[in-house]
Parts: sequence; structure tokens; C-alpha cells
Amino acid sequence: MANFYTDNPALKFQLSHPLMEKIVKLRELNYADREKYDYAPVDFEDAIDSYDKVLEIIGEICAEIIAPNADEVDKVGPKIVNNEVIYARGTQENLEALRKAGLIGMSLPRQYGGLNFSMIPYVMAAEIVSRADAGFANIWGLQDCAETIHEFASDEIKNEFLPRFPKGATAAMDLTEPDAGSDLQAVQLKATPDPDGKTWRLNGVKRFITNGDADISLVLARSEEGTTDARGLSLFLYDRTSKAVTIRRIENKLGIKGSPTCELVFNNAPALLIGDRKMGLIKYVMSLMNSARLGVGAQSVGIAEAAYREALKYAYEREQFGKAIINYPAVYEMITWMKVRIDAMRALLYETTRFVDVYKAYNLVAEHRKLDTDERNEQKNYQKLADMYTPLLKLTASEYCNQIAYDALQVHGGTGFMKDFPIERIYRDARITSIYEGTSQLQVVAAIRGVTTGVYLKAMHDYEARPVMPEMEYLKTILMDMTKEYEEAVRWVEATNNAELLDFHARRLVEMAANIIMGYLLLIDAQQNNEFTKSAEIFITRAQAENKQKWVFIRNFDLKQMGNYKVFIP
Amino acid sequence: MTFRIVVLAKQVPDTRNVGKDAMKADGTVNRAALPAIFNPEDLNALEMALRMKDSIPGAEVVVVSMGPGRAAEIIREAMYRGADRGFLVTDRKFAGSDTLATSYALSLAVKKLEPFHVLIAGRQAIDGDTAQVGPQTAEKLGLPQITYAEELVSIDTQKVIIRRRLERGVETVKAPLPVCITVHGSAPSCRPRNAKLVMKYKHARTTTELQEETRDYTELRHERPWLQITEWSVEDLQAETDKLGLAGSPTKVKKIDNVVLQHKESKVLTAADNDIDWLMKKLISSHIIG
Repeated sequence: MANFYTDNPALKFQLSHPLMEKIVKLRELNYADREKYDYAPVDFEDAIDSYDKVLEIIGEICAEIIAPNADEVDKVGPKIVNNEVIYARGTQENLEALRKAGLIGMSLPRQYGGLNFSMIPYVMAAEIVSRADAGFANIWGLQDCAETIHEFASDEIKNEFLPRFPKGATAAMDLTEPDAGSDLQAVQLKATPDPDGKTWRLNGVKRFITNGDADISLVLARSEEGTTDARGLSLFLYDRTSKAVTIRRIENKLGIKGSPTCELVFNNAPALLIGDRKMGLIKYVMSLMNSARLGVGAQSVGIAEAAYREALKYAYEREQFGKAIINYPAVYEMITWMKVRIDAMRALLYETTRFVDVYKAYNLVAEHRKLDTDERNEQKNYQKLADMYTPLLKLTASEYCNQIAYDALQVHGGTGFMKDFPIERIYRDARITSIYEGTSQLQVVAAIRGVTTGVYLKAMHDYEARPVMPEMEYLKTILMDMTKEYEEAVRWVEATNNAELLDFHARRLVEMAANIIMGYLLLIDAQQNNEFTKSAEIFITRAQAENKQKWVFIRNFDLKQMGNYKVFIP
Repeated sequence: MTFRIVVLAKQVPDTRNVGKDAMKADGTVNRAALPAIFNPEDLNALEMALRMKDSIPGAEVVVVSMGPGRAAEIIREAMYRGADRGFLVTDRKFAGSDTLATSYALSLAVKKLEPFHVLIAGRQAIDGDTAQVGPQTAEKLGLPQITYAEELVSIDTQKVIIRRRLERGVETVKAPLPVCITVHGSAPSCRPRNAKLVMKYKHARTTTELQEETRDYTELRHERPWLQITEWSVEDLQAETDKLGLAGSPTKVKKIDNVVLQHKESKVLTAADNDIDWLMKKLISSHIIG
């Protein structure tokens, strides 16, 4: 039987990373659940074996059910019947299979019926599901909301709502409004407390809400009258059984058509407050967004993997001028470069996930006992890394995903432009990744802090300190030179003391950092597994050229040229 | 008294994915070249058993398989989908059994699980296609039988109502318990492996398998008794050896012919209207459809 996990050894490789032992031990609270739950692991080896076996189930469901349904789901899509979103038949079948297999609420603790998995296997599952059907991955991936409820809600809310997830409850996060997209501070949907002091009432409109008719929705709303900024916003939980939301429409989108994107009207809808008032955007949504961005990173890698495989298959089958087109340099370079970028973005995806994993696992430990000073420092350090790697990942992976989908369609030639092959759907699905959960441009705004605070530079130096096999030393030398060049570029821009110039070059600087970091990650992977040696060599040599190009542009850029870019500003 | 559903399941070579070396020169199946899988219709039977369990609180599903040591794999597969325990009927002396000898051994094994309420199995195995073992076992146990079951209409502790798939239609029948049911491939397919059950049962082993384990899970097995898959030998079943294996099998293979399909028997059709028209007429005239 086809299996999207076992057919891709690059995934299992990630389970063998040295940091896994620490992550699993923390997450499993030193394997304390062993006594209480018949499915809890007894030690590290057992836990990793469980990850492996459960990923195998997901891989099989993806290859045998979700991927075969994707085409029809894309064509049929969801519809509204009597103010309810009805999923396409295939979507329903996918959800049912995953629910029966117990794959919803993977990272929830066992007391709520979850699997208590660390982020690594969860993100891996997200990658595999996205490879099968990117639109469906959104519906499945919104189980992230359970994470947010678990992290911030009261015990009462947790006990009531969390056990519903493993039983198949779907979720949505209702943030965007017609006038509040990238700028969520402008959210206007109004929340007013009922006299009972427990229930709140929501009134207003939300737009572009993925899976808007979910069982459980997290809604960002203005709870503080008279405020206009982030400090007046709180996060609420709305339960669909209240039937107080009108679904005005489902958007007609370019891609991910199986995932219903809804416009919602809240009509005095009852809701419960999550955590504290005024912390909605500042704390909870920021955390939710970070998970969502990691999710888009995984989705991007999954879509890119699907695109690459379609292109490779076609390049073997298609013959022109008497031979398969894979034999022509123009084609084999495109295909190889797809594969190399996938290896690079996947390395960044799982490195980021490990950082998130460690600090989240410490959060979990902190629920049971006080962390000591070393542990607190370590947690802070990993959280800082996670916060800086997440936008770097979201930016890089979504942009690569688009480039790879573009190239994969190109390999198909005219056939790719027809609706006969899966690549046209994959190409359309890829497009959203660099837009939602914060556009690429906004990821740069977050990631530039990693440049200016030196977080990326420190990471590069840490990677540099790791031993490399003699035959790969030359690659490390290139990376060290690139690091120097990057430092120089950052200093150059900072020395101008011009905030606008820093914004102007921000993307270039962030991408230079991303190239070096991915280069190191591939080099490190290549020490463990020679499957990555070629990718490391190709990536590093190309990244070297790309960074030089950026540096030349930055260095030669005269402040006076800035005006040339502003002729359209009124 | 626990409501007990006994499922008979067989590990078979995957004859649906045959390569060119699937058959040996003498016309017998080259088992080494084919992956071993859960017999497909036994999975349909397992699903029906699990649906019975779902509708009767406290019911248990027990899987019995006969075969070599590695057939314990499908007992684990059944556990991953919801079966509670499993027994492996295994002994060199069973080798070479035909359907008569097999059903004799299975009937002795199932008898050890009395009192049970339902005995259920796939209609037939893809390696032999006889559809005899279920009915023969029922006969030896004196059970009423429902063959070609397609849908579980209802079940309670006294009776079961089943819809059968017949050649020219369907038939709904009611039977008192205990009963033997054999399930057709058109019945609902089996639910996927469940993550929690996989984690719960992945260390389940027979005593023989344990001897080959690299890791010592003795302590764990002590804590978790459900990890034991019991093996039953000829001795455990107190079977009469002359009714087993080759000696107990009256079926003798006289001759095997290799059938090689020739290209001339096929016709290439395009998506053009006249080709489709031709195909439709052909299918209707040969009563394949319509």
C-alpha cells in the first residue's frame, strides 16, 4: 500500500536528531504516564517507535484516502445549506478516517484524550497531510486551537472543550475582519459581558475565516469599550451549538478550494473568555499565530514535495526529440534544484520545530513543578530561537513552495497548463502560503529583529563550532565566508542609521541569513546521512552566489536612489 | 457473561500484487516473493465484528488465526483496529492442511473459547478461494450459518439480522445466537489502525516471538498482560494427529495449469464515442451490466 511517510526517508531521519531525547523526556515528564495510560511510552526508544508507527498510519491514510480524494474535493468544494457549511464528500471521508485513527488532538495531553505527542511528529503529520491535499490540511491543522485553549484557558474551559477534539471536533480561529487583515489591532467585533459575569456576547463581522463553521471557534474581539488598539482585545471561545452565527458566504478562491473560507456575522453570540481580558492579541493570538506560521511552513514543504514528485514523474514519462525530458540539462537542473530547496526548507522546518518543542515541553513541565534557574534560562533561549526562526521559516518555505510549484508546472509544459494533471491544483494551492498567517512582507518585519539583535549570527556561530568531515570542510569554509559577508552587510546598513533603508534592505538581509542557516543545517545533516551531501553542496554553492548578488546590490545602493522607488507615492 | 465475538483471520500472500516471479515453475505459489497480508475479506469480517462490539456494551472481539509463527502479525493488526485479544494456532504438524483439516483444527480452537456468541470470518481467502473453511467449521461446531454477509442490520444478545449479497440480489435473514457468519468483500471495509491501540498493542508477542526480541520487555509484560498472544499447539487443542496436515487432508492436487493471457484477447479502446458505444453494447449483451 502506498504510504506518504515511509516513501520519504527524509522524514524518519528527523526522528533521529540528538535533541529528540531531551524533547521527549520533557514532554513525557520522565515517562510518568506509563502507570496511568496503557498507550503511554515506557522510555525514549519506545516513544520514538510510537511516533514512527503512528506516522505510518497517517502516511497510509494520506496516500490511500486523502490524496485520491483531493481532485474531487477541489472541484466540488464545500457549500452552505441552511446556514451550515457542508464539506465535500471527500473531505468528510478524510476527517472520518483521521478521527477513527485517533489522529486529532495529537499533541494534547492524555488526560484530555490526546496522544501527548511532541511537535516534531505533529508537524511531520501536517507536512504529509499537506502533500496529500493542502486545502484539507487547513481543516485538520486547526487542531492547533486546542493547543491555545490548553495553554491559556481556565481548567473549567479546558475540561469541557479539550476532550471534544480527539472525538473529532473541528476548530477555527476567527481573527480577520474586513478592515483588519495584517493590522489586527483594528479588530472591531464587539464583546460585551453578560450580567452573570461568565458569558460574553459577540456582535460583528469576521471575514476570510478558514473553516468558519467549525465546532469550536476562537474569536478575537474588542472587550474594552472606547479602545482602538491591541490592548482592548480579548480572545473568546464560541461553541457552534449555540447557533448564533450567520454564515454569509463561502469565498470563491484560487486554490485550497476544499477548505471553506467564510464570512461570518455574530448575532449576540454567547462566548467564553479565554485567559485574561486585554491579552487577546498581545499574548494569545501571537502564540496562536506562531503555531499557525509553523503550520504553514509544514504545509509549504508538503505542497513542494507533491509538486516535485509530479514533476519528476512527468520528466521520466515525457519524451521529446527521442528521449525522456529528464535527460536535458534545462529540465534536470530544474528538478534537482527543486529537490535541493525541499531538503533545505525541510531542515529549517524541523530545526524550528525542535526549538518550539523544547520551550513548549518546558511549559508543560512547569505545570507540574517549578523549573530551576538553568531550565528557565534554557527555556528562554529556545523560545527566543523559536520566535526568530518561525518567521524565517514561514518566509523561506512559502516562497520556495511557490517557486517549486512554478517550476514543476513548467516541467509539464503545455500539459501542465491544462486541468488534466494534479500539478495545476498544486500550483494554485501553493499560492496562498506566502499570503496567509502573515504575508512574506510581514514575516520580514518579524525576522529583521533576528538580524539586528544578532540571534541569527549567534546561531551561525554555534553551527560553525560543530565538527565537519574533512572532505566537507570546504563547504564550511564557504559558509564562514558568507557569514562574514553577512555581518558586513548588516553593519553597512546599520551604520547609515536610517530606519527606512533598513526596511528597504530588510528582506535581502533576512534572506542572506536564511541562506547561511539552511546551508549549515544541510551540512550538519550531511554528517549524519550522505543522502544530504549533494544537496548541501548544491545549496551552499548557489547560496554563496545569491548572497554575493544581494551584498553587491546593498553596497552599491546609494540613499539618493531611494527616490527612484517612490515616484508612485502621492 | 461477556458477549464474545470470535473472528477467524488468515495471513495470505498478496496475490493482488503479483509480479512475474509470483508462481513457481511447478505452478504453486511462490510465497517468498509475495508480501504477507491480512486476508482482505477477513478485514471485512473484522469490521463487522467491531461494529457488533460497538453496539453491545462490554462485548469482546477475539481473533483466532492458524498459520506459521509470523501470522502473529495479523493478530496485532487486528488489535490495532479494535480486537481485544488473539490466539495463534500454530504447529508444524498443521502444515499441508486442506480445508477439512484446517476447519477441524479451527473448530477445536474455537471450542476452547466457548461460550461465544458469534463466530465470524471472511467468505474466502485470496490464496485458495475455496470459501469452505467458514461453513466447515460451523458444521463441526453445530452452528447455524449466514454466508455472504454484506451488512449487519442489527444485533442484540439473542439474535442477529444480516443482509446477504447473493448472485442476483440481496436477502435479509435473522438467526439466533450463537451463529457463524462469513462476510463478503462488498461489506464495509475495515476501519484504519488507531493510534492509541497501535501504541497499546505494538509490543504484543507470542512466546515464540519473544525469544527473538532484541529488547527485554519482561517487566512491561508483567505490567501489561494484554501483550501476550497465546499460541495453541496440536497438544493444546488435543487434536487427533491423523486428522491434521497432509495426512488429514483428502484434497489432492492432480494437476496445475499455467494460464497465460494472450494479447489477442484484449482490445484497445479510446475515449471516442464509437469505442464507448461498442463497449457498452458488449457489456450489456454479455449481461455484465444492465
